[in-house]
Amino acid sequence: MKDNYSVVIFYSTSAAIRTESLAKKQGLAIKLIPVPRHLSSDCGICLQFNNEDKPKIEKILQDGKVEYENIYKI
Amino acid sequence: MIYLDNAATSYPKPKEVGQAMMYFLEKVGATPGRSGHRLSIEAGRILYQARESLAELFNVDNPLRIIFTLNVTEALNLALKGLLRPGDQVITSSMEHNSVMRPLRELEKRGVEVKVIPCSSQGVLDPVDLERAIRKNTRLIVLNHGSNVIGTLLPIIEVGKIAQKHNVLFLVDTAQTAGCYSLDIKKDNIDLLAFTGHKSLFGPPGTGGLVVGERVDIKKLNPLKTGGTGSHSESEEQPDFLPDIYESGTPNTVGLAGLNEGVRFILKEGIDKIRQHELNLSQKLIAGLKEIPGVIVYGEEQVTDRVAVISFNIKGQLSSEVGLRLDEKYDIMCRVGLHCSPAAHKTIGTFPRGTVRFSMSWFNTFEEVDQVIKAIREITKSA
Repeated sequence: MKDNYSVVIFYSTSAAIRTESLAKKQGLAIKLIPVPRHLSSDCGICLQFNNEDKPKIEKILQDGKVEYENIYKI
Repeated sequence: MIYLDNAATSYPKPKEVGQAMMYFLEKVGATPGRSGHRLSIEAGRILYQARESLAELFNVDNPLRIIFTLNVTEALNLALKGLLRPGDQVITSSMEHNSVMRPLRELEKRGVEVKVIPCSSQGVLDPVDLERAIRKNTRLIVLNHGSNVIGTLLPIIEVGKIAQKHNVLFLVDTAQTAGCYSLDIKKDNIDLLAFTGHKSLFGPPGTGGLVVGERVDIKKLNPLKTGGTGSHSESEEQPDFLPDIYESGTPNTVGLAGLNEGVRFILKEGIDKIRQHELNLSQKLIAGLKEIPGVIVYGEEQVTDRVAVISFNIKGQLSSEVGLRLDEKYDIMCRVGLHCSPAAHKTIGTFPRGTVRFSMSWFNTFEEVDQVIKAIREITKSA
């Protein structure tokens, strides 16, 4: 996941943890990590995922009605 | 020792409840939602798992629509005080606990119209009476699901349909039913479900919550308290999203870790199996008590119309004396008096005398019921 990943930035950790739970159920390789320093977010954690899984992550966010700030490619 | 005070708080709890709490204290410890380190994330996961388990139990699509509170009283206060404004009408029953009645009487002084629908002396509510009371300004219907005094179930399915039809929100106090009776916020048309963690859900005290249904506009449900949430820290305004809007301050993560295991235990055993066991216990206890001359049992005759909460009196004896003898001579724990529900006691005709109340759980046995019946028979004779 080192060079080819993105992160979802959330407003709250509850939303981040919910997305982690939903993505894990689909067997996606994801990880909650501290928000990279150059991105500002009040919620201290973000969800890291492989770029190729972006459509799946977006669908999870949409279907689960998860509120999130943005998705950034790292 | 025989513990028959489960309507106050359940005891014993499944062993996993205490284990999860100890695990949290020894291995996790951190506060959720505030920091980015892995212990804080783990604490956040525990909180989320508790929401997920409850979402499965109550059939809630989005676990973040479950708000944690200290107990069901706080959840009811949040719903009632958050929604009702001067000029609104709220409809309730004459079987309510003070956790509903006191906030309503307080709101009445602030200009909320409170309509109490009388129930029969068995505690039965006729949904037709309730529907007739609906006015243009009716904002909310609030009912307790199972009476904490006589165990009678109120017809929430019928009332849910009525509320839906008239576009009125429906709040259900599930203090005596969550965990021992099947609840489905969609099928039952419940908009706001207030629950306590420490009764039939087998969690520790200090846990409870409110399920905020999809029909509830959170812009119209004011928080009971505001403060730090770990989110939007740059702002001095309360966040406007769930669950943070209603969850200020450090949560009771250790308690909720225990509650999660209590709910998992129920999901594993199966709610129908739990319900059937409690029905069988109730049937045996009611039949045994009714055979004893001088014992008056209150509430519904039909055991299927009630939860395992049974109130009775012995002719010529004070409930407090009966309770004391049960405790001291027979090692049986129960509750006597008015059970925080003057309205319900007025409805069934036991105000201000009160009753002796036995309340059972999944962990009670038929042998215990036999011993209890024997004890009451002896107490009756010795009067």
